[in-house]
Amino acid sequence: MALSKDDVLKVGALSRIYLKADEVERFSTQLSDILGYVDKLRELDTRGVEPLAHALPIHNVLREDEPRESLSPEEALGGAPETDGDFFRVPRVLDDGVSA
Amino acid sequence: MPPTNQTACEIREAIRRRRLSATEAATSALAAIERLDPAIHAFLSVDAEGARRQAAEVDRRLAAGEDPGLLAGVPVAIKDNLCTRDGQATTCGSRILEGWRAPYDAHVVERLRAEGAVVVGKTNLDEFAMGSSTENSAFGATRNPWNTACVPGGSSGGSAAAVAARMVPVALGSDTGGSIRQPASLCGVVGLKPTYGRVSRYGLVAFASSLDQIGPFGRTVADAALLLQAIAGHDERDSTSVDRAAPDYLAGLEEPVRALRIGVPREFFGEGLDGEVEKAVREALGVYERLGARLIEVDLPHATDYAIATYYLVAPSEASSNLARYDGVHYGRRAPEYSDMIDMYMRSRSEGFGDEVKRRIMIGTYALSAGYYEAYYKKALEVRRLIRRDFERAFEKVDCLMGPTSPTAAFRLGEKTADPLSMYLMDIYTVGCSMAGIAGISIPCGFTKAGLPVGLQILSDVFTEERLLRIARMYEREVAWSARVPGGSSKGGP
Repeated sequence: MALSKDDVLKVGALSRIYLKADEVERFSTQLSDILGYVDKLRELDTRGVEPLAHALPIHNVLREDEPRESLSPEEALGGAPETDGDFFRVPRVLDDGVSA
Repeated sequence: MPPTNQTACEIREAIRRRRLSATEAATSALAAIERLDPAIHAFLSVDAEGARRQAAEVDRRLAAGEDPGLLAGVPVAIKDNLCTRDGQATTCGSRILEGWRAPYDAHVVERLRAEGAVVVGKTNLDEFAMGSSTENSAFGATRNPWNTACVPGGSSGGSAAAVAARMVPVALGSDTGGSIRQPASLCGVVGLKPTYGRVSRYGLVAFASSLDQIGPFGRTVADAALLLQAIAGHDERDSTSVDRAAPDYLAGLEEPVRALRIGVPREFFGEGLDGEVEKAVREALGVYERLGARLIEVDLPHATDYAIATYYLVAPSEASSNLARYDGVHYGRRAPEYSDMIDMYMRSRSEGFGDEVKRRIMIGTYALSAGYYEAYYKKALEVRRLIRRDFERAFEKVDCLMGPTSPTAAFRLGEKTADPLSMYLMDIYTVGCSMAGIAGISIPCGFTKAGLPVGLQILSDVFTEERLLRIARMYEREVAWSARVPGGSSKGGP
């Protein structure tokens, strides 16, 4: 499956990753190679085969809804690039419909 | 014998008997690291002060007649995608987490500390555990102690090299598609990937959540068993951790498995397998035959080429989700300049992630995107079930499967970096095990003429690590490759 440079830029945007011109070039070749390889799965007839998302058959692992010890606000904010009191500080989200 | 040449089992025995102090063992390890690591670069950080403090505490416990723990004073190294709280950063080999201080210890780190291990440092890895050579680290590649022009394998190359070079007797790594087993093979040490769910992933920075597992490196099978003993078990903070007590992995280790049936998958000996690797592996199979085991040819039609294709869809898909959290908001690097929120996300990630990480995030995003999800991700999960069935069917007839861990011995630095797909194919024998969630170990079984280690991979069914270790020990008892010491540089051995 060949990826065009447009495809690469689109996927980059979805992944929230900017790509420079030489990266678009390089990645479109490499990603096309990889996707070309994984295309071999088409050779297999998987009609009626249930997808296996998980190695173990464990489901709905729950615990009692009781409050427990957790990170303190200081610990939680400790690695943040920018904080403001008890908050993580981020740039304002534009409210005029910028593509998200 | 200096502590750095002793195994973890020997060191803890000597410490318990007060023939060696934990402080001496720690000092020895730190000295070995200082002497050897400049040529190897296995470590991203070393915590000398912390190590001495931990060692002093073990010595204090012993002097006070208290139980020093299962790992009493044994120096250990920790792969840098495992969270450690004291002083050292947890970088995952990435600029995006450069200098990041984890606010908590991973479950396995807590367990090691509780059992008296002395954490001496964090080891190098391919960025976010994505790679098979440790060349994808943002902080420089690690070199193979057997030949410093060669890679140690990856992604847990730092841990494998640290143990092979005898800087520490044991280390922890993580394995998603082979990242413990392959570097163990390339570095001539023992590396074990437990059954999925056997060891808690709490505090392991997630790459692919349905595949990641933490496991031990050691120079001997007993050392790997010892470390597994300390870390295996249920942890309710990891909902994928299985609520099943770990057996005693050491107690019956010396007992061989009688009437052992070894499955030899046809697909593990196909095209692309290096002749010298095949020779060493077949000789190892010969040793098992002489011990009374029966070799039975089996078929795993989906476990190699199709497993690679499946893995390189499933793992990147899960990674694209797991790495979405690196957005310059909660932790890690934020780009110094940006115009708005989205721009901040994009610049932070683009500047912080290396090429391989970007490639995998993009493959995953693509495979999960509308219009492609069915053809790629869902298809891959269907094939995953076929892979699992292959192993289930095989284990009805045999007790374990054996073959080479890696198609080649260690390759030269830079040899495979231009072609990502050629690097991916290094995992051809290891990924099937990961997709199925079963257990696997790599043990040294020889050397190439050029002096590079060859690994024998042994796979066994879920939650059979006890028997897997006994099977591995059967070979090791006959042929002790662990006595050989790497020369590494022209200056001679450690």
